Amino acid sequence: MVMGSLAQETEIAIIGGGPGGYVAAIRAADLGREVTLIEQREQLGGVCLTEGCIPSKTLINAVDLIYTARQAKRFGLNFGEAQIELDKLRQWTSSVVSVLTKGVAGLLKNRGVEVIKGRARFTGPNELALEQSDVGSIKFRHAVIATGSRINELPEAYDLPVWTSADALTLPEIPQRLLVVGGGYIGLELGLVYAGLGSRVTMVQFFPHLLMGADQDLVAVVVKNCEKRFEAIKVESKVTGLEKSSSGFVAQIEHLGETTRHEFDRVLVAVGRKPNTDTIGLDILGLSPDNHGKLEVTEEGRTSIPHIYAIGDITPGPMLAHKASREAKVVAEVIAEQKSGFDNRAIPAVVFTDPELAWAGLTEVEAEKTGRKVQIGRFPLTALGRARTMGRTDGMVKIISDPETKLVLGVGMVGPHVSELIAEGTLAIEMGATLEDLMVTIHPHPTLSEAIMEAAEVAAGQPVHINPARK
Amino acid sequence: MYEFILPDLGEGIHEGEVLKWFVRPGDTIGEDDPLVEVETDKAAVTIPSPRGGKVVSVQGKVGDTINVGDVIATIDDGSGAAAVAPPPREAKAHTRVETPASCPVAEAAGMKVRPKTAGPVPAAPATRRLAREMGIDLKHVPPSGPARRVTADDVKNFATGKSAGAAAAPRAEKTEKIDRQAEAEFAAHAASAIPLLDIEPLPDFSEFGPVDKEQLRSIRRKVARKMVTSMILIPHVAHMDEADVTELEEFRKREKQRREGRPGGHLTLLAFVVKAVTAGLRAAPRFNASLDPFKEEIIYKKYYNIGIAVDSGKGLVVPVIKETDRKSIIDIAANIEDLATRGREGKLEVADMRGGTFTITNVGVLGGTGMMPTINYPEVAILGMGGVQEKPVVRDGQIVIRKMLPLTLAFDHRIADGADAARFVGEMVRQLSDPNLLLLET
Repeated sequence: MVMGSLAQETEIAIIGGGPGGYVAAIRAADLGREVTLIEQREQLGGVCLTEGCIPSKTLINAVDLIYTARQAKRFGLNFGEAQIELDKLRQWTSSVVSVLTKGVAGLLKNRGVEVIKGRARFTGPNELALEQSDVGSIKFRHAVIATGSRINELPEAYDLPVWTSADALTLPEIPQRLLVVGGGYIGLELGLVYAGLGSRVTMVQFFPHLLMGADQDLVAVVVKNCEKRFEAIKVESKVTGLEKSSSGFVAQIEHLGETTRHEFDRVLVAVGRKPNTDTIGLDILGLSPDNHGKLEVTEEGRTSIPHIYAIGDITPGPMLAHKASREAKVVAEVIAEQKSGFDNRAIPAVVFTDPELAWAGLTEVEAEKTGRKVQIGRFPLTALGRARTMGRTDGMVKIISDPETKLVLGVGMVGPHVSELIAEGTLAIEMGATLEDLMVTIHPHPTLSEAIMEAAEVAAGQPVHINPARK
Repeated sequence: MYEFILPDLGEGIHEGEVLKWFVRPGDTIGEDDPLVEVETDKAAVTIPSPRGGKVVSVQGKVGDTINVGDVIATIDDGSGAAAVAPPPREAKAHTRVETPASCPVAEAAGMKVRPKTAGPVPAAPATRRLAREMGIDLKHVPPSGPARRVTADDVKNFATGKSAGAAAAPRAEKTEKIDRQAEAEFAAHAASAIPLLDIEPLPDFSEFGPVDKEQLRSIRRKVARKMVTSMILIPHVAHMDEADVTELEEFRKREKQRREGRPGGHLTLLAFVVKAVTAGLRAAPRFNASLDPFKEEIIYKKYYNIGIAVDSGKGLVVPVIKETDRKSIIDIAANIEDLATRGREGKLEVADMRGGTFTITNVGVLGGTGMMPTINYPEVAILGMGGVQEKPVVRDGQIVIRKMLPLTLAFDHRIADGADAARFVGEMVRQLSDPNLLLLET
């Protein structure tokens, strides 16, 4: 097909170049299929690479150094206060993003995937119209919708120059007083970044706890640290009014029926994301998303129209890049007539707070909700040698198992580097491992990974480094 | 809209047969009201509705087999769009991982379950992929790993009919026609393991006259499997004797009259025999054991749970009287009455059938002078009670009329020998012949 021609044809049209779309494109191309990927942004990689996971983790890693350096005073190492060069920090972040997005473009090019810039919209069951593009329309045999999600807005902040998480990641300035609306993972991660850079952060959370999806015994460890670093955390509170003042913003915050007024220099709104299913012409196809904007799909990733697939944030389940990538491989294989299906037992969730928090599989909250009997082993990092050597004993590993079969059903953890440790827990669940499997596997000493083995031992009633429960 | 998924019925039961729907589409149902009665291999289970509302549809006609994990009913509970709710037990954790965000959209959406999931069968991802490629549903593969984990070998063996549960293989496809080719292959395989075994294909009986056909299902199928397993694995030996129960019967009838209508008042001879058996098992632990032929070890059970064979009308079930060593004869009689009633009504629960260590079959009440019972695998012995009959017997050189109870103990000759059985039965005969001894010694 010639670029710039009005109408193109392809075997597989993939809408969206995020961690769902680009992975689907690569796998499908490797399976010998003709693939066209449509991306509306300048850069590939979607929200994850351009304004999500990657830039936020780059900043968090940098800011953690400030905290670590401060903590080192306890070890007899004094680095003084950090001098922050905001321009350089910005450049560093965007250079990381740039390397990775160019990497994705290179991978697609080498696989022979045609990438077209534009906004796609279905005009029929086998046709897409493109806007802001050199190409007018694309006819396809199979389509993969991988359009992702966008940031929710706060009605009270409509038309005001508040920050979204994407804005905050560009480091426009370091405000003295920052209001963070939303106590989910995005609000917490960015709140800690700005607190580390010197802002006085106030967090307002509508729900009774921070990080509502996670088990509260794990969250409590993070909250304890946030309480030290934030000016205030207000749960069961909401912003009922917001207006611009000469120096910044005045916010009305309601808590248990009582409204107070506070001044801030900047306001960051982080109240979740919504699926991009409303602007792509699904009505033309007769596909209707549910009331959360999600598209139901089969195990093979098909929508109710069998040759149109959906993956990532727009399908049921958590909005996470790694879920999208796994679904992407499934649909690519299904389109290539291989037998494949999304039958994963656990999707790990990771929050890059300080300390980090992660879980996979069944949570205690879910077990309670469904009345499922479980056997739980908790191992506190205070009992772990490696955590002591790091001076980081604020955390624990928890293993949730079936009391009868000892099958590992869920793993939850909070502490340093648990974003890495959770992979072992996820593998255990995916493999159908039992407590015994984790207990017998030799874990290197001294490492944080030993906590997983120890927690399994606690669950099995045979702990070494803490006292067994009295019978 | 609420879609109700058939929950895990426990004990590795994956399917059940619909016995009865308590509602029809259009009916209104309350939360916890009975929805459907399902019969599994082990028992009939009444499943309550976890939600109240209007029944939109039900899946499966009476007699159909439904699988754990299937949507069996849709109930309009006023919650709007169809949201598959988690089954009460066995949460499908993998599809209900919530987002870490407190974002209301994501959290609510995180509760949704994919329309089709592989279910919670533990198996490594590569094994799941293999099964998918071979078109095999993991739910039907007999697992060999710990925690009932299915391995890649299990899947391959299942496909070739070699699996340990090869007998279970047909159950996966029992609704489909099993073609002659597969039958022949299976027979050839079985024959290759046992010399001289020759399973010939059945003739077409309709050639000789009209026939009816009935699927081998639920309890009947379970009994069939159990009996074949027991007969092939266990070298059975039978030891026979007769107990003089003249005095015991007199005592029993008197007490029965006196206690009529009170708990345990329906005093049967079986209750006394259960007590005598329990005493016998304490003296001869080999009959309260199981043999693990793979580990080559005998497992002695330190508890006494006596199963009683009950004719449920749909086939044989064996509910268990627990801890008979700690119960009085009256307690045991009350237990028997309750279990037998529920057995006949098909209302026994899975838990009622578990944990037995020894079985008694009392087919004598229906007639017959004796029988050769089949051991309830993996137990070691079974006691068959014949019918009590008045017989001429010799006492002190005189012919007298006594009430005689024929007893047959079938036992596993791998674990016990004829002498053990003779002592076991002899003791029991002695005790049953004198109610005072039962009082004193059991």
